[in-house]
Amino acid sequence: MSDVVERTLTALPSLLSSDPSPGRPSSTSKLGTLIRGITELTSKHDEEKLIQRELVSIKEQVSSPNTTMMKELMVRAVYCEMLGYEASFSYIHAIKLAQQGTALDKRVGYLAVSLFLNESHELLLLLVNTVLKDLQSTNLIEVCMALTVVGQVFPKDMIPAILPMVEEKLNHPKEIIRRKAVLALYKFYLIAPNQVQHIHSKFRKALCDKDPGVMSASLHIYLEMKPESYKDLVVSFVTILKQVVGGKLPIDFNYHSVPAPWLQIQLLRILSLLGKNDRSTSEMMYEVLDESLRRAEMNHNITYAILFECVKTIYTIHPKAELLEKAAKCIGNFVLSPKINLKYLGLKALTYVVQQDANLALQHQMTIIECLDHADLIIKRETLELLFRITNGQNVKVIVEKLLEFLRHSKDDYRNISKGVYLPINECTYAPDNSWFIRTMNTVFLLVGDQMQPDIPNSFLRLLSEGFESAEEDQQLRLLAVDSYVSLLQEQPARLPQRFLQVISWVLGEYSSVKEGLEPATVLRLLAPLLDLRHCSSETKSWVLAAMTKLSAGPACLSVAQELAERHGGSLDTTLRQRLHELQHLASDGELLRRVLPCSDGLEPLEVDSTLSFLDGFVSEALAAGAAPYKPPHQRQEELAQEKALSVEPYGLSLPLSLSSSSIAGRLSPTVLSMSSGLSGNSTELSPKGGSALRLEGVTRVWGKEGYLAKAALKPEEAAKTEVPCPLSVLQEGGSAPRTPVVSLPAPAPGPSLQAEREKQQLASCLFMGLGSQGAAGPCLMGKAEPTRHGFRKKVKGQGSSSGARGPSGDSASSSPSPLSAQSAMDNLLCSSPLDSGSTPSPADSAPSPADSAPSPADSATSPADPDAEASSWLFSHWVLVVGVQVSRVRGGPEEEEEHVEGHSVAVYQYSLVPTRPSVHMELAGRASYQRPDGEPQSTPFSYGLSLPDFISRPLSVSTEEYGRLWLASSNDIKQNLALLSQEPDPLRATLHRLRDRLQLNVVDIIASEGIVACQLLQGPPCLMHCRLNAGCLAVWLRSSLPELPDCLLYHCQRALAQH
Amino acid sequence: MHFLLLFSRQGRLRLQKWFTPTPEREKKKIIRDMTAMVLARKPKTCNFLHWMDLKVVYKRYASLFFCLAIDDQENELLALEILHRYVELLDKYFGNVCELDIIFNFEKAYFILDEFLIGGEVQETSKQTVARCIERLSSLRNSCRRLRL
Repeated sequence: MSDVVERTLTALPSLLSSDPSPGRPSSTSKLGTLIRGITELTSKHDEEKLIQRELVSIKEQVSSPNTTMMKELMVRAVYCEMLGYEASFSYIHAIKLAQQGTALDKRVGYLAVSLFLNESHELLLLLVNTVLKDLQSTNLIEVCMALTVVGQVFPKDMIPAILPMVEEKLNHPKEIIRRKAVLALYKFYLIAPNQVQHIHSKFRKALCDKDPGVMSASLHIYLEMKPESYKDLVVSFVTILKQVVGGKLPIDFNYHSVPAPWLQIQLLRILSLLGKNDRSTSEMMYEVLDESLRRAEMNHNITYAILFECVKTIYTIHPKAELLEKAAKCIGNFVLSPKINLKYLGLKALTYVVQQDANLALQHQMTIIECLDHADLIIKRETLELLFRITNGQNVKVIVEKLLEFLRHSKDDYRNISKGVYLPINECTYAPDNSWFIRTMNTVFLLVGDQMQPDIPNSFLRLLSEGFESAEEDQQLRLLAVDSYVSLLQEQPARLPQRFLQVISWVLGEYSSVKEGLEPATVLRLLAPLLDLRHCSSETKSWVLAAMTKLSAGPACLSVAQELAERHGGSLDTTLRQRLHELQHLASDGELLRRVLPCSDGLEPLEVDSTLSFLDGFVSEALAAGAAPYKPPHQRQEELAQEKALSVEPYGLSLPLSLSSSSIAGRLSPTVLSMSSGLSGNSTELSPKGGSALRLEGVTRVWGKEGYLAKAALKPEEAAKTEVPCPLSVLQEGGSAPRTPVVSLPAPAPGPSLQAEREKQQLASCLFMGLGSQGAAGPCLMGKAEPTRHGFRKKVKGQGSSSGARGPSGDSASSSPSPLSAQSAMDNLLCSSPLDSGSTPSPADSAPSPADSAPSPADSATSPADPDAEASSWLFSHWVLVVGVQVSRVRGGPEEEEEHVEGHSVAVYQYSLVPTRPSVHMELAGRASYQRPDGEPQSTPFSYGLSLPDFISRPLSVSTEEYGRLWLASSNDIKQNLALLSQEPDPLRATLHRLRDRLQLNVVDIIASEGIVACQLLQGPPCLMHCRLNAGCLAVWLRSSLPELPDCLLYHCQRALAQH
Repeated sequence: MHFLLLFSRQGRLRLQKWFTPTPEREKKKIIRDMTAMVLARKPKTCNFLHWMDLKVVYKRYASLFFCLAIDDQENELLALEILHRYVELLDKYFGNVCELDIIFNFEKAYFILDEFLIGGEVQETSKQTVARCIERLSSLRNSCRRLRL
C-alpha cells in the first residue's frame, strides 16, 4: 500500500549496519517489528487484528510485576493509540513509569501521560505527587521534565499545591528552568486566572531577565491580559523591539539571519493591543515600527511574516499618515506577489484594512478580480471575504451573485463555514429591495441547506418578525415571503432542506394571515404533506405542527387536524403525538386557542414566572400527601458526597484528599434523580407553548410568539441599525450599476484578450461601486458615479476616529491620495463635480459631524451614585431624545428598555438590576439617540461599569447554626490563601473587618484562629466564607450555590486586601 | 496553536500533538478531515486552509505532511516557519532526517517537539539551545544503556 515506505524498508538492513549512531531507527526492537508488521498488511481488518493482538500482549506484560521493558511497552502503547486504538489500560502504568523509573523511563512516562490524558482526566491527580517530588529534585533534568509536563497538562484544582514551588523556580540559576517555569505559570494563568492573581509582578520580573529566552516566554501572558493593566510597559516593549530589530540579541536567536522573528512578532502584537485607540501610546511606537518596516527587506518568508504583523499593527494603532502609506505599499507588494502564499496574506491584510481605507481595495481592484477566478478555492474564498467587507447598497447584487456562484461550484465542506455568516448581515443592511432579498435568501437556503449555521435562519426570522422602521415595509416583506413559500410548497416540497422547511413553516404559521384570501385551511393542507416526507426529521415535524397549531381556527382546519391525528396518531414519536394532540384540541376549541396563542402583532414581552409560583398549590398538596420535599440537584449531590466521601469537613488543608473525594462524588451523581427532575422542569416550560424549549435549544429564541426573547438578544449594532430611519425601499432597483464602457483606464491591450479585459473591468466597476465614495470620490474605473439616494445607511465601522484624524482619506476627489494616474484623477474630478452640484444630498453633508454633537450624554450616564438604581436624565431643548438602555451581561432586570423624552422636558427613569450570573466586572451599556430640529438623528453609546460588590447589598445576618446548614447546602467551593494584614495587632480580626468595610460582608463569628463570614447578592443566593489563620496567611474556603460567585468574590477579596 | 499533525502521503498518521484539550471523538474527526483536505490539495496552491473557525497551515517535506492548526488572527507565515524550524531541529538531531526516522523513533520526535513548543507556544527559538537540551537527553539515554550493559 505505501510503496515508498516499503521500498525504503527493504533497504533498511544495510542502512542500519552502516550507521550505528544512536539516533537511527532501532527496527530490530519490538516496536520496529510492530511497525513493519503493520506496513506489510493490506487491509484495515488485518491491521485491527494485529493491533488487538499487540495490545493484549502489552497488557499482559505491563501487569506482570517485574517487567524491565516498561519503557518499550509504553512506546508501543503510544503507537497503538496514535493509530486510533484505545489503550486505556496503560494510562495508569504511564503514571507509574513517571513515578518510579530512571530518568529516561520518567521522560517516556511523562510523554505518555501528556499524550494520553487531558486536563480533566481524573488519573492526572495521581501525577501530582510525582511532579512535586521531581520539582524538588536536585537533578536538573528531572526538574525540567516536571515543568514540561506541568506546562502541558495539569489538573486545575491542584495548582495551589505546586504553585509556590514553580514560583521558586523563577529564581533558578539555569535559564532553561526559569523559562519553563514562566511558561508553566502562563499555563496556570490560562486555565485558572483567579488562582494566580499575584503572578503579574513575577512576569514583569521575568521580562527583565538577562536571558532573551526567558524574556520572550514572559511575553505570552500580555497577549491574554487587558492592555489597560500594563500600559506602563510600553516603553520597555518598544526598547526591547528596538534592540531586537537592531540585532543586539545573541546570534543564537537568529533565524535565517533574521533576528529573533518570533520575539519580534510577539512584541508587534502586544504593541498593537496597547496602541489601539490610544494616541499617546501609539506615538511612542511609530519610530520602532518604521524601523521594523525598513529592516525587514530580505526576500524570505520570515521577513514577510514580520512585515505582515507590522502592517497589522500600523493599521490597528492610532494612525499616522506616513506609516500608513508605507504599510499600504507593503500590502500592495503582497497582493501583487507571484507567490501564492503572499497573495493570500495580501488579501487577508486588505480585508483587515478595507474598512478604514476603501481606496486601497480600489487600487488593487483588477488583482482582486483576477483572484476571484483563481484556481485555488482558498484564494477565491479569501477574496469573497474581502468583497463582503466592501459591500454596500450599490454593489450588493453583484457580490451576492458571485457568492452564490461560489456556493454552487464548491462541492466540499467549505460552504458551511464563515462564508454564510456575512450574508444575512450584508443583505439586511444593504438589500436593494424586498423581493430580491427574499429570492436571494431562498436560493441560499436551497443551496446551503442543512449545512448552514443555525444562526442564519434565526437572524432571518428575527428580521422578519421585528422588521424595519416602517410597518408597511415589514408587511410587504412578510407578504412576499409568504407568497414565495406557498408557491415553493406547491411545487416540490420534498426537495427542500430541513432548515428551510422549518423557516417556511414558522413564517407561514406566523404571517400567512397577512395575505388576503389565503385561507388557513389551505395553508394547513400545504403543510400537512410535509409530515409524510420520509427525510423529514422529528424536529422539522415539530416546527410544522407548531405552525399548524397557530393557524388552526375554524371548522375546515378541524377536519384537517382530525385527518392528521388519524394518520399519525400511531406514531412512535411521543413529541409528535403530543403536538398532534394539542393541535386537535386547540382546533376544536377556538376560545382556548386565542388564549394560548394570542394573535397580536405587537411583541408584548411575556411575563415568565421563573419561580414557578403557580405550582405552589400543587406542591403543597403533594407534600401534604406525603411526598418528599424537592431538593435541588446540587443539594442531592452534596448529600451523596457526604455518604461516599471521606471528609468534607471545612477544617484542615489536606487539599489533595478532599478534592479527589469530591471528584468521586461528581462521578457518582444520581442520574436517575436528576433525570426525573429535569423532566419535571421541562414539563412546566412545555405547558403554555407546546414544548418548543425541549429540543430546539438554538432555535427557541425566535420560536412562536416569543419575539421578546429575540429582542432581548439584540446586539448593539442591530439596535443602532433599527434606529436609522431610512426605509429599505429607498434603495431601488435603479441603484444598479451603470455599465458604461470604461474610458479612463490606461488603454487596454488590443486583440482577443480585449473582450475579457473589458468584462473584468465591468465587473470591477460593479463590484467597487460606491466604494470610497465617502465624499463622492467615485472609483476611477467607474467613469461615472450614480447619484445615491440613500443617506448614510452605510455602516462606517471604526471610521469615526481613525479616518477623521488621518486627513485626506477621500473627503473630496481632489484631495484623495492619488497613486491613480493623473488621467484618471482628472476624470474623477470631472465626473464627480456634477454629483456634488446635483440636487441629491451628498453623503458628506449628512454624515454626523462629531464637532457639534450633543452635550455628551455619556458624562451624565456615568454619574449615578447608587448602583442599585440606575437613573439617567437628559435635558435637550428642541430635541427629541430616545434612550435605549440595553443591559449586557447583567441579566434578570429589564433586558432592553426604550424611553422617549420629549423636547423641553426632563424625565427620570429608574430600573433595578439583578445579576443572575455574577461576574467580576459587569457593564451596563446603552445608546442614547437624539434628533435635532433639522431632523438628523444621532446616537451616542454610553456604558457604566459595575462590579460584584455593588450587588452585595447588605450583610447576610445568620446565626452560626444557620451558617452550618447553609454551608452544607452550597455545593460550589474554592480554596485559596489570602494575604493577611499582619502588621495589625489582631491580624485575623483586622483582615475580616477590612473585608466587611470594603465588601459589605458580614462577619458571623470569630473563634480563636478561625472566622466565618457571609454575604448575599441582591436578590440572589448567599456566599459563605470560612477563614483560618495558617502560616502567616489567611486560608479561605468559599462556598455558594452559584458556581461563579465564589470565584468572583475571591477576586474582590484579594483586591480589597491588596489596597492599603 | 491548537494541534500539530504529521502524516504520510498515504494519509497515515505519524505524529499528533494536541495543545488544547480535545475529546477523542473530535480528534478522530479532525485527523480524518485534515488528511482528506490536505491530501486533496493540488500543487501550486497556497499552504493555508480553513477548517471550522481555525486556520490550518500545512507543508510537505518529502513524503511527510506537516500540518498545524492556528487561530484565525495568528500569522500564517510564522506558522509555516514554525513547521520549518521543527523540521530543521529534527534534521539536526537525526542528521538528514527521513520519514523512517520519525516512524521508528517517534518518541524522540515528541521529545524534540516538547523542547520546542510547550502548550501551544513557541518555547525556544534558538536552535542551539533546543539542540543542547536534546543532547542532554540522549546522553542520558546512553548512560542508561551503559548501566544496563
